[in-house]
Amino acid sequence: MSGGPASTSAARREVVLGLRSVSKRFGRVVACDDVSLDIGAGEIRGLLGQNGAGKSTLMKIVAGFVRPESGELTIHGKTLGFGDPVVAAERGIAMVHQHFSLVGPMPVWKNVTLSDRGHTRVDRSGVSRQITEVGRRYGLDVDPDAIVDDLSVGERQRVELLKCLRRQPDVLILDEPTSVLTREESTALFRVLRRLARERGQSVVLISHELDEMLEVTDRVTVLRDGRVVSTVESAEASADSLAHEMLGQDFAVSAEVLGLSVEGSHASRGGAGPPPQPNAKPARHKAPVLELSDIKVTSAEGHALLDGVNLEIATGEILGVAGVAGNGQEELTGLLSNLIGPDSGEVRVEGRPIQTGRGRQLGRAGVGVIPADRHDSGCVLEMSVAENLALGSLDGMVRWGVVRQQQLHELGQRLVADFQIITSSLGAPLRSLSGGNQQRVVLARELARKPCVLVAAEPTQGLDIGARGYIWDRLREAAATGTGILLISSDLAEIMALSHRVAVINRGRIIGTMARADVDTAELGRMMGARTHDRG
Amino acid sequence: MTAAEASPPRPAAAVAVRPPRLPLSDYLRVGALLAISIAAAIGCAALLLSVTGSSPATVFGAMVSGSFGSRVALTATLNHTGPILLVALGALAATRSGLLNIGQEGQISIGALFGVAVGLAVDAPRGITLLLILATAAVAGAIWASLASLLRFTRGGSEVITTLLLNFVGFQVVSFAVNRPWLLQEDLPEGSVLSASPQSNPLPPAGHLPTLAQGPGFRLNSSITLAVGLALVLAFLLARTRWGFELRTVGLNPRAARRSGVSPALVGSGALAISGALAGLAGGVLLTGTAFRVNDGFSNNYGWEGLLAALVAGSVTLAVIPSSLLFGALRAGSGVLAATGVSPTIVGAVQALVVIAVTLPLLYLNRRRLRALLQRTGVSRT
Repeated sequence: MSGGPASTSAARREVVLGLRSVSKRFGRVVACDDVSLDIGAGEIRGLLGQNGAGKSTLMKIVAGFVRPESGELTIHGKTLGFGDPVVAAERGIAMVHQHFSLVGPMPVWKNVTLSDRGHTRVDRSGVSRQITEVGRRYGLDVDPDAIVDDLSVGERQRVELLKCLRRQPDVLILDEPTSVLTREESTALFRVLRRLARERGQSVVLISHELDEMLEVTDRVTVLRDGRVVSTVESAEASADSLAHEMLGQDFAVSAEVLGLSVEGSHASRGGAGPPPQPNAKPARHKAPVLELSDIKVTSAEGHALLDGVNLEIATGEILGVAGVAGNGQEELTGLLSNLIGPDSGEVRVEGRPIQTGRGRQLGRAGVGVIPADRHDSGCVLEMSVAENLALGSLDGMVRWGVVRQQQLHELGQRLVADFQIITSSLGAPLRSLSGGNQQRVVLARELARKPCVLVAAEPTQGLDIGARGYIWDRLREAAATGTGILLISSDLAEIMALSHRVAVINRGRIIGTMARADVDTAELGRMMGARTHDRG
Repeated sequence: MTAAEASPPRPAAAVAVRPPRLPLSDYLRVGALLAISIAAAIGCAALLLSVTGSSPATVFGAMVSGSFGSRVALTATLNHTGPILLVALGALAATRSGLLNIGQEGQISIGALFGVAVGLAVDAPRGITLLLILATAAVAGAIWASLASLLRFTRGGSEVITTLLLNFVGFQVVSFAVNRPWLLQEDLPEGSVLSASPQSNPLPPAGHLPTLAQGPGFRLNSSITLAVGLALVLAFLLARTRWGFELRTVGLNPRAARRSGVSPALVGSGALAISGALAGLAGGVLLTGTAFRVNDGFSNNYGWEGLLAALVAGSVTLAVIPSSLLFGALRAGSGVLAATGVSPTIVGAVQALVVIAVTLPLLYLNRRRLRALLQRTGVSRT
């Protein structure tokens, strides 16, 4: 430990992690281009960059998951070989991946011990005590006996963190940790990280493309673009504007509008004074609702209410934003409209007609499109081709005598790939071979191409960079302008504020308030979302 | 790519329809790997054989000449390949829908049992009798397999366990039937002793599969043409039809299937029924092509070999044809081998070594293929 003071200055710290001239290519694509980096003890370093800038690859190299072509890696001044995650972990490098590596059906304590080596017997009570202890010390409360599948995303991340912290790593790497978290959960996470850095002298590397959180939590930020280090700046001296400029380079002008919305929106969500951005299109109100949910109830297997009498209405061309802390029924709402669960009671009506959900083809045929929060869950089939994924669920028009007409399948694929600028090596390539942003475009393209009368967009831009986010927002606004009623379910208030005509707040499976966009008071909104103790009677 | 994600619409360039091929060097590498692994398998087998006191040269010679060395040998190989391929096709249909049917042994037995019952009962012209037998066998196999889907889709019982256990039930049913004079037991002339292995009466010639070629010591039946024909049909159905599309969706992502209005239970039980039908048909083909009667132990590992052939073929539907041929050849070759006095256990071990040797390079090829695609789009960067 360097024992450095709790300051954000660039005081000479002992270098814990050093990278020298690291380069890595994937085929013709350069992921990291001659990258050098020094991380000091007790420093929280941000790695900022767009999707594909090479941030994740760089950190996977550090953690031993990817072997670079050239370069050197040192930890506490000693050289560490590349390409062996076990050795990297032994030498004190711990990484929390963007997609968690937890075993769902197992309890927390088992997950935590899963990667332990050299033990023949696991001391359950000891591990549980340790989890509680480490958890208390850093504010990471998790019940060691809870089953991971029952935990919220935020809690799962805590488990991942506990897994790492228990080994007292020298360097803790977090890959897009907040992309799945709510604002509150992110704030709590940052508190933990700061505490680790100040009290333990823990070095933290935080990968993100969120400008605000970079400024909020890091000591210094390194900006990557196209695999190269563009600059490293003191967070205290940087602004969202300057960082965005460096991150986007010449794309800056294109994304400025989106960026403006994003930055202002998040300020607003924190109670800032800036004028809220206005959605560009006025909704066509007064028309009949395209989607009505009346008194929908969904109960879990254990008997507690997941959706507790939800009433919603969306008019033609209207974007209704559903705000709420994750885990308050958003998943079930999406599941209901994705044909995955049927309600215990209540009715779903599309354009006035009651629709059966949970099975059968009624929902899709009635024109309800869904962009699910986790596209891998029900949004796409990774092993099937891009063309097949684009046609998923809309085969009706291209089948004759039960045979899918290849001509039409390829025409649809060609058209959507071009329209939505999906980057793929071919239509026949498995979807798995596409980047996350492009997979999301495939889902978006398919759902919009059907010209749905209702589109459910659940966390449509989660984990995407500013450029991709702006693109998707524009497409959603366009769809609304042509008459699609959009149910936007998002834990990102900036997104809700930027897109919605009306905002509804979901809390404990109930819609506890709906207001027009212009009347939204962010403080009130925050209170409603966080109203954990409100009387349910 | 980074720039493109944020840039305004570009002129639409046509996207290739087929994924790019692997470079030739990869295929050469797989070829070399195949040669090495087969050599290693032969080496291990030779060691095993010399340790157990046989001459490796004689054994390998017998296996090759017994499977491809003569018209007799080739006929034996193809007659084995037909039913193995049918079973493999069924196994494939199930695995593509995400279900693992391992009850082919029982489905073969039940198919053949009902086939022989019908064949012995009806007195119809040749073509009709044969068709009736084969159809009955397929339906019986389908129903037998559907018992498993009933348990799976109403009660959530794993089809892996139920199909496996139904094998033993099937064996018992066959044994029961051929041991009861009032059911299917062979009519014996007065005074003769009951044979040690009870069996049914032989089918009348009207219930025999047509012969493709015959000569001294061999008779090639048409099971291979039927099986290859059905392989082509199934490959087309899976790749090109709505049914195949939905079946693959269910197999790869049941939630995405439900979301697009497809019922995983419906599609899955259909696939399992087809899987059983093809295994039952394999039983019918064995019955009408080579065995002509049903006895205890009728399925004689054809079910397991077909299942393995399907697993070796992996994700490429038509690869079941060469993989079934491999199993057919091994079966024919080891039949000859058994006659030379080598212990069947050792023969089994040699067979298994060859299968492993062939499978490993294929797995490697699949991995290369995925990695090549990933690299081309640079997905690993994020």
